[in-house]
Amino acid sequence: MSETLVPFDEVVERFDPALGLEIHVELNTNTKMFCGCPAVFGGEPNTQVCPTCLGLPGAMPVVNGKAVESAIRIGLALNCEIAEWCRFARKNYFYPDMPKNFQTSQYDEPIAFEGYLDVTVPDENGGEGETFRIEIERAHMEEDTGKSSHVGGSDGRIHGADYSLVDYNRAGIPLIEIVTKPILGTGDKAPLVAKAYVSAIRDLIVALGVSDARMDQGSIRADVNLSLAPKGSGVLGTRSETKNVNSLRSVERAVRFEMSRHAGILDAGGSVLQETRHFHENDGTTSSGREKSDAEDYRYFPEPDLVPVAPSREWVEELRATLPENPAVKRTRLQGEWGFTDLEMRDTVGAGALDLVEQTVAAGAAPQAARKWWLTELARRANDAGVELTELAVTPAQVAAVQALVDAKTINDKLARQVFDGLLAGEGTPEEIIAARGLAVVSDEGALSAAVDKAIAENPDIADKIRDGKLAAAGALIGAVMKEMRGQADAGRVRELVLEKLS
Amino acid sequence: MSQLTRDEVAHLADLARIDLDDAELDHLAPQLNVILESVASISGVAGDDVPPTSHPIPLTNVFRDDVVVPGLTAEQALSGAPEAEEQRFRVPRILGDEQ
Repeated sequence: MSETLVPFDEVVERFDPALGLEIHVELNTNTKMFCGCPAVFGGEPNTQVCPTCLGLPGAMPVVNGKAVESAIRIGLALNCEIAEWCRFARKNYFYPDMPKNFQTSQYDEPIAFEGYLDVTVPDENGGEGETFRIEIERAHMEEDTGKSSHVGGSDGRIHGADYSLVDYNRAGIPLIEIVTKPILGTGDKAPLVAKAYVSAIRDLIVALGVSDARMDQGSIRADVNLSLAPKGSGVLGTRSETKNVNSLRSVERAVRFEMSRHAGILDAGGSVLQETRHFHENDGTTSSGREKSDAEDYRYFPEPDLVPVAPSREWVEELRATLPENPAVKRTRLQGEWGFTDLEMRDTVGAGALDLVEQTVAAGAAPQAARKWWLTELARRANDAGVELTELAVTPAQVAAVQALVDAKTINDKLARQVFDGLLAGEGTPEEIIAARGLAVVSDEGALSAAVDKAIAENPDIADKIRDGKLAAAGALIGAVMKEMRGQADAGRVRELVLEKLS
Repeated sequence: MSQLTRDEVAHLADLARIDLDDAELDHLAPQLNVILESVASISGVAGDDVPPTSHPIPLTNVFRDDVVVPGLTAEQALSGAPEAEEQRFRVPRILGDEQ
């Protein structure tokens, strides 16, 4: 079927988009949701299984208390109510990656409900940005499925495969599913709001420390619901659900594509099919999956093998006290404390250097100095080595120590770079490296004075200009002195000496 | 108590992957209704103050510590499988999509 895609600008002129996002977060507990099998990633196939997660007859599940704790903390961080009493339910369907023929999930009694998360979409021109409040309908506990690989056929995909092989190591790993209410009123910002929301959830999950939060490894997976309605009509259209969109950029692209596709169908007088869709990373399109079955078809009923979960209010308040500062709030606070511009702040966050700069400042460095080292000198070295900034063998405390030596005029910025060389090579503390490499700035006034005299003698024209009051010319003489001193001089002091001698 | 229709029984059989022919549907659909009616008599006894019960034992919060306990080896896990390959369960061709 060929599809007519309406250009995005035209879509938003004539239609109102409604977004809905479902995010699955795989928890980083030691064990699975209902049994004591390890929940780590990457084991040999079927080595992390037991009768419970294989769905063998007679096996009885028991809830992982740590997973409930993580679920409550996620709920609280999303400003949700925490249920006083809730149950698990069986969601019945057949699929080979789900050995029990039902998924143990929660249905009409989620552990957390009625929350919200504020997300900010950056302004393209570097301005304030626009904040949207995303209403959270629920966050509930469930379990992951196993992993199928398809054999035969063209390219290991499900269609045309001869048979499939299933590894159940992942079956039963705790999942938290976070579901939004319909997100309305985003207009042409819809793709960016979707992306910003998933990004904010990821930041929150990282701050809570409840998941590895690796989208590329599937520990955070997003399903993107989208519908369109004629502009100003105030109704909700029929939605499509694009499954397992696994990067922030893909979330944005999937929304954009579905908006164009829906508009094409509606313009032609057709109706959008309520169905699941697959997103294709290579060209940013989606294709039809299966028609979505009604909720009734899952024949949910309360799980008889698990007793209800009734978190005491004392426990909930204890967990509330463990919540980290909201990442977005923290960024705003730090930006104020540090006096960074929006651009400086965005670059710092984008480089993954926020925590590093915070720790460097905590260790005594000025915020701008901390930012400068991490975003220029150290970012370049991390890039060269193909590692993340956090993986670089330089600690925030060391960066603060180097900056303290610069502040004390023991070394200058240029020499500091050589100190970082030494630190990366494991040559010891900054002081040891300065001593071993002979990097300290020459503070011997006699030697400095002689070098200045020499530079003046060799550059009489420039010296005359400075005598005539053209102070800008001093740079050339300072450069000559620094060269003579092999960089090991305090440029500020050199400038003072030059101006003194030529005044 | 509304009656379960023959079509609904056919739909449920389909969802449960039970292949029922016309004769079986004719035979089984009325029987299911008898069972439902028998169970429904409970609501005649229980007043509005008795909520539906899913767990007869008044227990809540039965949790396990997050500590790994040994499970099965791959060999044990696969020992009951009709077919295995590459240390994985081999299943027939899957029609339709993953959930």
